[in-house]
Amino acid sequence: MKNSPTLKKKGFTYREIGKIVVHTLLIIGAISMIFPFIWMILTSLKTFGEATRIPPTILPSEWMVENYTKVLNVLPFTQLYINTILMMLGRVIFAVVTCSMAGYAFARIKFPGSKIMFGLILAQMMVPGQVFTIPQYLLVADLGMLNTIFALIFPGLISCFGVFLLRQFYLSLPNELEEAAIIDGCNDWKIFTRIMFPLTKASVSALTIFTAIWAYKDLMWPIIVNISMDKMTLSAGLATLNGQYVTDYPVIMAGTVLSMWPILILYVIFQRQFVEGIAMTGTKG
Amino acid sequence: MTKDLKYSKLDKSRFKWGYIMVAPTMLGLLILNLWPLMQSFWLSLNKNLGFNNYKYIGSDNYIKMFSDSTIWQAIGNTLVFTIITVPLAVFISLILASLVNSKIKGKGIYRTIYFLPMVVAPAAIAMVWKWMFNADYGIINYLLGTLGIDPVRWLTNPSTALLSVSIVAIWGQLGYRMIILMAGLNSIPNSYYEAAQIDGASAIKQFRHITLPLVSPTLFFVVITGFMNAIKQFDIVYMMIEDVNPALQHAQTILYLYFEEAFVKNNKGYASAIVMFTFVIIMIITGIQFVLQKKWVHYE
Repeated sequence: MKNSPTLKKKGFTYREIGKIVVHTLLIIGAISMIFPFIWMILTSLKTFGEATRIPPTILPSEWMVENYTKVLNVLPFTQLYINTILMMLGRVIFAVVTCSMAGYAFARIKFPGSKIMFGLILAQMMVPGQVFTIPQYLLVADLGMLNTIFALIFPGLISCFGVFLLRQFYLSLPNELEEAAIIDGCNDWKIFTRIMFPLTKASVSALTIFTAIWAYKDLMWPIIVNISMDKMTLSAGLATLNGQYVTDYPVIMAGTVLSMWPILILYVIFQRQFVEGIAMTGTKG
Repeated sequence: MTKDLKYSKLDKSRFKWGYIMVAPTMLGLLILNLWPLMQSFWLSLNKNLGFNNYKYIGSDNYIKMFSDSTIWQAIGNTLVFTIITVPLAVFISLILASLVNSKIKGKGIYRTIYFLPMVVAPAAIAMVWKWMFNADYGIINYLLGTLGIDPVRWLTNPSTALLSVSIVAIWGQLGYRMIILMAGLNSIPNSYYEAAQIDGASAIKQFRHITLPLVSPTLFFVVITGFMNAIKQFDIVYMMIEDVNPALQHAQTILYLYFEEAFVKNNKGYASAIVMFTFVIIMIITGIQFVLQKKWVHYE
């Protein structure tokens, strides 16, 4: 024990200084992350004149809720919410069902051709999705399905990323689970539905979150396939606002706030699952 | 016959379930990806005559593309965008991840805030930043003005438009990369650091000799996905740079051009050539990354 009390004291303050530096940096970062959102909300409540005043005011002097009624008159937000939710739900359900089955089969059954098929899945993940966009669009158009919810869901009917993610998880489950079941005469369908699938909650919720977020963020596909206002998604609707209200930023910001609040609330409630899901893909991939 | 003998009855029953369970995915892959990939290639050799009539023109689209300066400009823009955003975003997120991972209070709050832009649609993000970048009334120029800096025409000046878009892209993806890197950092056993501390290694040495090599596989993942996403940049440019913007030429990315050709000008054949070429660029860059990784990525 050579440490004298003074040295110990010194070490302690160093650590304290370090902590202050770390917190300062992180707080500066956090402010720059959150500021655009605050500025968006504040602008959405200002009059046009106040929003363009120099120097800018921070809090609105007159709270312009009218900006929201204005944007609600331009964009059918209720319909946009419904369309977006239906697209997210559709893509999530299809992804979870197809990816779980395929993930299980690729991980637990060694059937002839499985390696080649799984190779195709991996190869697909390397191809930029836009390579498929024109033919997918032509296909949807040929089916006469433009401007439908089906068109929005269409590219999400399967997910190669999801198959990969769930296969990784099914690989990590112990062999004993299925050995005992096979001896008892269970077939793979029973093993999958009764034993294995219920164990994949964490991976399935990660896949759910990813698929839902990606669907909500998607822009190119929705603006291509659904051009009628009542079948648009939030992102696509917002994009039309960009052209119509080129300069009326308070109204545009009101639209932006309206497009964001549902996902932000979901995020705040489920933020742990969000973060864990993301972390899972990075380390297991 | 020999094949039949090789597999038991149990095996065959399992195979049956295997095929049934991968069938939806493989069918989907065929309809949604394999067939479209071939069709994209075919379309790139054709000219759209309107009303879904196509005429085979061989490599004309590609020849036209390679002699089109707009395409080269867009490829240049995309590469500049990639080179600005990927290293900076990875570097800043690594620092953030290390800072948040150090033993401090409020980890969860920082994580939540930094990840916030990740859940919001790029369309919404682009709108807010466009407003903040507004040359006359934007908050950014106002703040710079208080520091005595002249207003910058962020989005309409050809020399700053791409930079502005890059700033938004970096801002938007910090949280995602930070979370993945935090997971990588967390998987490094504490005992390594304890041993290094006993040996008296400085914090910087610890970072260089323990953290960096052990987090390098995660770093590689972040870099490679970063490159792929940066080359595919479309949303933010589409939302922030209108087609009347004087800086359009200097800010449009390759996929923006693809979108314009395919769905605005309806040159689906030419657009297919553009997207096939983008695909090749991504493959080459990814290939180079995989070769280079041997030099810096350490797998245990």
